[in-house]
Amino acid sequence: MAERIPLVDYLVLGDEPHIVAQECVRCSARFFDRRNACASCSGTEFRAVDLPREGTVYTFSIVSLAPPGVPVPFVAAVVDCGGTKVRGVLVNIEPRPENVTLGMKVRLATVPLGADTAGVEAVGYGFEPV
Amino acid sequence: MAEDVWILGISMTKFGKHRDKDTIDLASEAALAALADAGVTMRDVGVLTAGSLTGGSSSFGQLLQKQIGQTGIPVYNVANACATGATALRVAIMAIRAGETDIGLAVGVEKLAGAGLLGSPPKEEDGTWSRRGRFGALAPLEGRVGTDSMPGVFAQIGLEYGHRYGGADFMLFARIAEKNHAHSTLNPLAAYSRRFTLDEIMNDVMIAYPNTRPMCSANCDGAAAAVVVSDSRLRRMDPEQRRRAVKISASVLTSDPWQDACQVLPDVNTLTRQAAAKAYEQAGIGPSELDLVELHDCFATAELVHYDNLSLCEPGGAVDLFESGATWRDGTIPVNVSGGLESKGHPIAATGIANIWEICHHLRGEAGERQIPGARVGLAHVIGLGSACGVHILEKAAA
Repeated sequence: MAERIPLVDYLVLGDEPHIVAQECVRCSARFFDRRNACASCSGTEFRAVDLPREGTVYTFSIVSLAPPGVPVPFVAAVVDCGGTKVRGVLVNIEPRPENVTLGMKVRLATVPLGADTAGVEAVGYGFEPV
Repeated sequence: MAEDVWILGISMTKFGKHRDKDTIDLASEAALAALADAGVTMRDVGVLTAGSLTGGSSSFGQLLQKQIGQTGIPVYNVANACATGATALRVAIMAIRAGETDIGLAVGVEKLAGAGLLGSPPKEEDGTWSRRGRFGALAPLEGRVGTDSMPGVFAQIGLEYGHRYGGADFMLFARIAEKNHAHSTLNPLAAYSRRFTLDEIMNDVMIAYPNTRPMCSANCDGAAAAVVVSDSRLRRMDPEQRRRAVKISASVLTSDPWQDACQVLPDVNTLTRQAAAKAYEQAGIGPSELDLVELHDCFATAELVHYDNLSLCEPGGAVDLFESGATWRDGTIPVNVSGGLESKGHPIAATGIANIWEICHHLRGEAGERQIPGARVGLAHVIGLGSACGVHILEKAAA
């Protein structure tokens, strides 16, 4: 089987794909990017925290205008996963306003992004309706 | 307490397409008009602050000086996204408050006509996956992990407010744009001054639901400039200069303080609330005393949340405030009587001075057809995503 690698560092693949946040040891603020220090308390120690795979749609937009190469329309959303908000797209859903409601339940889904010239497959993520 | 600072002269160019003028031409036009309006010359100016995100130079202010007067004064070239103009003005005000000079000139200019979507430039991809940036991303994240596009971000900000308090649907946001486009018909300097029907707005091209094209700020060319003066210098000036001077009762700039999830979806609320609270305290003026407000309606969805952020309503009451008609030009608290960014246009670095020009125009009683009768106090607000928020409260001269 071809090697599969996640689109972003905070996505973990495998049998149960999930998202990992970096939590500040001192103040518990959570982040997804490479950190130099905590934006909330300036602490420098972080621990990895697995987020639940299910969440609710906190807010969204259906984006119809994007840079060249980005397929539109797509549903951009912020999903509340057990109290931690995550940015993502909604997948396996027709991108129409009547199909998306604030507070609707969704779960993490992986999205294959294709293989590179070495045959390595990149895998992204989205959230699909439960 | 440092002494008061006043707007002595202020100007904006016509916003729109200026094919035959470059950024220096537009900035020169605005600066020379502001100096003429103030009744001073470059020889009187002790500090120049300048902003232009598309001006193509990190010493834009000096390029401007080379057209309107190289007097050897310090130049501060500033950048703060869409709050660049307000930042330039604020730096000039701070220089006067610090006692370094008693007259300053602030200029903002942009050429954006036909620029299309701003933000999220496409990246190049090579043949094999390699990780880039702070998320270790294999590919551009736009459309794969939500959106960084301005229309999409501000759409989510508007719907977030709707999620929290209810009542904010597509039609409500479209009606906010309907108001601003109706206001623009009285503004000869607006880039677009045509009235749109609600149907036209809702059925126009969708950019990022719920924002259609006429619900988005208009990219255009334009410049604005202001001359500011210390209270002590103003007292020695002509009665006519003193009569037309506008008091800067508050000048505040904030950045976005940490809030949960603010790096997932930008929080434009907290820094605006903090800037507004500080401005009201500085001015000793409450929101109920404002005669007009120019706020940063970069998208119709943004205007709604800023009603609340600027305390024009009770917390959670922005939808009710709009439904009451209060923010139309004949309402109790007219908002964006210039037409706002959706129709007046949004030449980024000019915006934070142009909105102050609009307020001054009314406080001086010079706004012609669109004059808000008897206006004495106004508030101008801008926000640059990233984020920076500028709030200025202005008062008519007592005399």
